[in-house]
Amino acid sequence: MAVLNMIPISIPISEEKIRSLKVGDSVAISGVVFTGRDAVHKFLHQGGKLPPGVSFAGGILYHCGPVVIKDEQGQWKVTAAGPTTSIREEPYQAQIIRDFGLRGIIGKGGMGDRTAVACQEHGCVYFHGVGGAAQVLAECVKGVRHVYFLKEFGSPEAIWELEVKHFPAVVTMDAHGNSLHKEVFEASQAELARHV
Amino acid sequence: MNALHSSLLELIRRTSAEIPDDVQKAILDALEQEKKGTIAESALKIIERNVEMAKQKSQPICQDTGSILFYIDCPVGFDQISCEETARDAVREATRKGYLRQNSVDSLTGVNDGTNVGPGSPALHFHQHRSAEIHVRLILKGGGCENVGAQYSLPNEKLQADRDLKGCRRVILDAVLQAQGKGCGPGILGVCIGGDRATSYEFSKQQFLRLLEDRNPNPELDGLEQDILQTANQLGIGPMGFGGKTTLLGVKICAANRLPASFFVSVSYMCWAYRRQGVTLDPRGEIVQWLY
Repeated sequence: MAVLNMIPISIPISEEKIRSLKVGDSVAISGVVFTGRDAVHKFLHQGGKLPPGVSFAGGILYHCGPVVIKDEQGQWKVTAAGPTTSIREEPYQAQIIRDFGLRGIIGKGGMGDRTAVACQEHGCVYFHGVGGAAQVLAECVKGVRHVYFLKEFGSPEAIWELEVKHFPAVVTMDAHGNSLHKEVFEASQAELARHV
Repeated sequence: MNALHSSLLELIRRTSAEIPDDVQKAILDALEQEKKGTIAESALKIIERNVEMAKQKSQPICQDTGSILFYIDCPVGFDQISCEETARDAVREATRKGYLRQNSVDSLTGVNDGTNVGPGSPALHFHQHRSAEIHVRLILKGGGCENVGAQYSLPNEKLQADRDLKGCRRVILDAVLQAQGKGCGPGILGVCIGGDRATSYEFSKQQFLRLLEDRNPNPELDGLEQDILQTANQLGIGPMGFGGKTTLLGVKICAANRLPASFFVSVSYMCWAYRRQGVTLDPRGEIVQWLY
């Protein structure tokens, strides 16, 4: 990935670093991220526990259901890994940011007001990946460290612990209450009113 | 392994990994249009690179390899039952090979058995025709774009949409506004005006079998298609909803008869990762031609 003009982000991330980011910033994320989508959010929201030794504190939760295959040596290999639509996690996200100490969410399409407030209160940002760009983003996945809940939730819904390098994303909701999604929605709604 | 099995497997592989030429061209045109140095331009550059990489590596363009929708035109006397069985086997194998994600979940138990085969998956639509040729078209439609589809029942007071083309225009544009970037824009709309709740959605999806650059033979629908495309691209939603010039790459609309009591407008949204391919098969099941 071209990392020119991109702000490097290393995991774990400090609160200070997160609060320095603003809507519109392009970032390149490196370190260990965990995937988690619909089943994981519902599970954690209902009081489910992370496996022993797993912590999201200071880390990033990636809304993603990757394609993962086992190669000839029996190693997991991620062959496609773009973001999934985040808004489905809106009922759960704020609580999970608070309870698990997340500093970042990677997803697509943005999230709602409750998540925006949680980002502001607890120091977290929403990083937008390019939806559908599963190959470019899989190339940034350098290794699979572990997988959890594979049997219970199935491959796309499992928690995959991935090592990523220079994963490209844009801050679309920052820790100061700003949201590009809200801005674009309001502007496009006003524009549409002029055309109907 | 018979010829039909191999052909369907290759159709699935290519559909998942390669975007059709008309869509790729539209993406490149959109990239030209976007203002340099914006995040919209940078998103389209990543998309362009992704399209190339997926083809080169023969891996899924998008990890959500979607609902598996086959559209099959076949001659009188064609054995649809064994074709369906072969298609299910080809889907199982494509999933083992990683052309498709393990993407099908039992809605009652939540179990994903990892095969992609179950009630409703894959979906096959057979259409008999008076020609000896067999055409198999395949669309893989991801969940992000499927979730932003919308069905309106007219009149719709909130949107001031009456039962006329102007009302249809209002609700279709509302669907674009509500979708924002959630369906992985720039997107393509397939729309059906009329029908019942099920056929209306069904026909709206069949619009995705059309080429992006084709024109609607019905002048009224053609006018509406061009108008929606132009208007949507003035809203500033842009690629991924980042703001920008390209919100839609195409609009395809059909009409079906309705009951006097009903007036549905169904809008299906296709993401930029528009996976559509097709083949003509000979009677043995060998591929003789690619359709897109």
